Amino acid sequence: MFNNFFLELRDSKVPVTLKEYLMLLEAMREGLADYRIDDFYYLARAALVKDEKYLDRFDQVFGKCFKGLEYVTDEANAEIPEEWLKILADKLLTDEEKAKIESLGGWEELMETLKKLLEEQQKRHQGGSKWIGTGGTSPFGTGGYNPEGVAIGQKEHRQGKAVKVWEKREYKNLDDSVELGTRNIKIALRRLRRFAREGAEEELDLDDTIRSTAHQGYLDIKMVPERHNKIKVLLFFDVGGSMDGHIKACEELFSATSTEFKHMEYFYFHNCMYEKVWKDNRRRHTQTIPTYEIMHKYPSDYKVIFVGDASMSPYEIVYPGGSVEHWNEEAGDVWMNRMLSVYEHAVWLNPVPEQHWHYSPSTDVLKQLMSERMYPLTLGGIDHAMRELNRR
Amino acid sequence: MKFTGTDNYVATEDLMVAVNAAIALERPLLIKGEPGTGKTVLAYEVAKALDKNLIEWHIKSTTKAQQGLYEYDAVSRLRDSQLGDEKVHDIRNYISKGKMWEAFTADVAPVLLIDEVDKADIEFPNDLLLELDRMEFFVYETRETIKAKHRPLVIITSNNEKELPDAFLRRCFFHYIKFPDVATMEDIIEVHYPGLQRDLVREALNIFFEVRDVPGMKKKPSTSELLDWLKLLMIEDLPLEILRERDPKKLIPPLHGALLKNEQDVHLFEKLAFMSRREGN
Repeated sequence: MFNNFFLELRDSKVPVTLKEYLMLLEAMREGLADYRIDDFYYLARAALVKDEKYLDRFDQVFGKCFKGLEYVTDEANAEIPEEWLKILADKLLTDEEKAKIESLGGWEELMETLKKLLEEQQKRHQGGSKWIGTGGTSPFGTGGYNPEGVAIGQKEHRQGKAVKVWEKREYKNLDDSVELGTRNIKIALRRLRRFAREGAEEELDLDDTIRSTAHQGYLDIKMVPERHNKIKVLLFFDVGGSMDGHIKACEELFSATSTEFKHMEYFYFHNCMYEKVWKDNRRRHTQTIPTYEIMHKYPSDYKVIFVGDASMSPYEIVYPGGSVEHWNEEAGDVWMNRMLSVYEHAVWLNPVPEQHWHYSPSTDVLKQLMSERMYPLTLGGIDHAMRELNRR
Repeated sequence: MKFTGTDNYVATEDLMVAVNAAIALERPLLIKGEPGTGKTVLAYEVAKALDKNLIEWHIKSTTKAQQGLYEYDAVSRLRDSQLGDEKVHDIRNYISKGKMWEAFTADVAPVLLIDEVDKADIEFPNDLLLELDRMEFFVYETRETIKAKHRPLVIITSNNEKELPDAFLRRCFFHYIKFPDVATMEDIIEVHYPGLQRDLVREALNIFFEVRDVPGMKKKPSTSELLDWLKLLMIEDLPLEILRERDPKKLIPPLHGALLKNEQDVHLFEKLAFMSRREGN
């Protein structure tokens, strides 16, 4: 009956299985959702989705399957800034009309309607958000803007309660493919923590040994993994320039993890690794640490995490003297390769969304240097990165 | 037998559907959500609403799945055998029942709460798969099978500290308690402190949601903290004007100790207050 829905869910990577689908059908047969779309939505959600990060995707698929909604892509979902609406409206309306609008329900409501109209237009044209920005020709036409016209007359929102629930997309920030937000950071921390617990040494488990010895009748020694980790991490942060927008998220994330790792050292660099790094950003020009010193000081069992947006001129990576800050005798890629040859386990975390990476050639260059071990700074990305670091 | 919330618990519609589905199909219900949104309380209230016994099993990092079934005290038995105690011949004397055994053998199907399942070892949920699915387990020492007389309603809560295994999730209904909106929050307050002045509630809620919106907070206050804070406000009998005062110099809400549980957050607020004071001058 809902096979289509089920398949669509699987297509959009919500991990539903046959068992859960059958569970939903069984629940339907029990009459748990009697002809109410709301109840059916809740029931399907409870039965099919098992992790809050999939709730948003579920909502979208549900809307698509049962409402004939257009599949909403990310661009079409962009927020329309209010100023644009105001400008548009100013352009389109005469004072007289404005007065009429005022009498019809006021500016706020007009804004709502306008916003909706704009959204609709955008979807139909599939043009992305560009045309709003240019705003040259009016997408409405004066006729449409007449107070008696469609837009303003149709004031009652079509949001019956039922449709609204999944259209609100409340769980959007729980999706693990979005960038880290304040809430996501907490979960990301837990991922890192799990990473920190692994690879521990074993120690004697006294309780289990006693229990097992009593059970067996002979001395039976039991070992458990040590609770503390022995994973050692070197962190390199890109600071300054294009990273400024991301640095807060990165810092929040990693400052909180510093207590989790027994051995963690962090250093700063700018854009690309060169012959020196620094620990205090205010004294970046006076108190630097030679990169060689790091390679000599920290043995190769340290795992290395670079955090940076990798957006720069490719010259900064491949040519000597390419750095924007100082004269570097050797090119950035030489230093990157040196680091990578010492530290076998290394990843690059990039706060820029993955789909934008190919806009900057330097990202591709660095990704190649890292032999594809570049991951976005999202929950999913961190997961992959940690798995990569743990690989033996 | 339907759950529709209780006198002191406001259940949203989606939560009711999930609970009722779990009751009807006799499957476990997995509850997740921010701390303090009433995950554990739900089990108490469901038990109360359905007039059933509640068996609570609180999970710690050291809890083993086996402990929920039964424990065999081999050490005492070894000791007793050395002392020549008669008890030693019956192995049943050394088996103590766990919470799940208790739930399975109850005469009336109880509500079994497995609280904070994510605290335990990562293999913990896997070890309970069969037991939760078939509601039976085998006691090796006595060679008997314990089978549930009536399938209990199992409510499992998780704080998301660890990922739960897929096989485990497949068997559950899932509900994510999202943070209540203003309207639901008002209902919740009404249920806990009936007859509280409407304007006091409104002002307090405004402050509360403002506090939650401050970026960069370590621990956002949750429902349970709001309720504590309201109680304090009532006891202190603060005049409404103090709450209503939007003086930037007093950015820190009155009696903030109940809302801000983290000294960094208090510092953050003090800093914000300091900054707005400087701007004001």
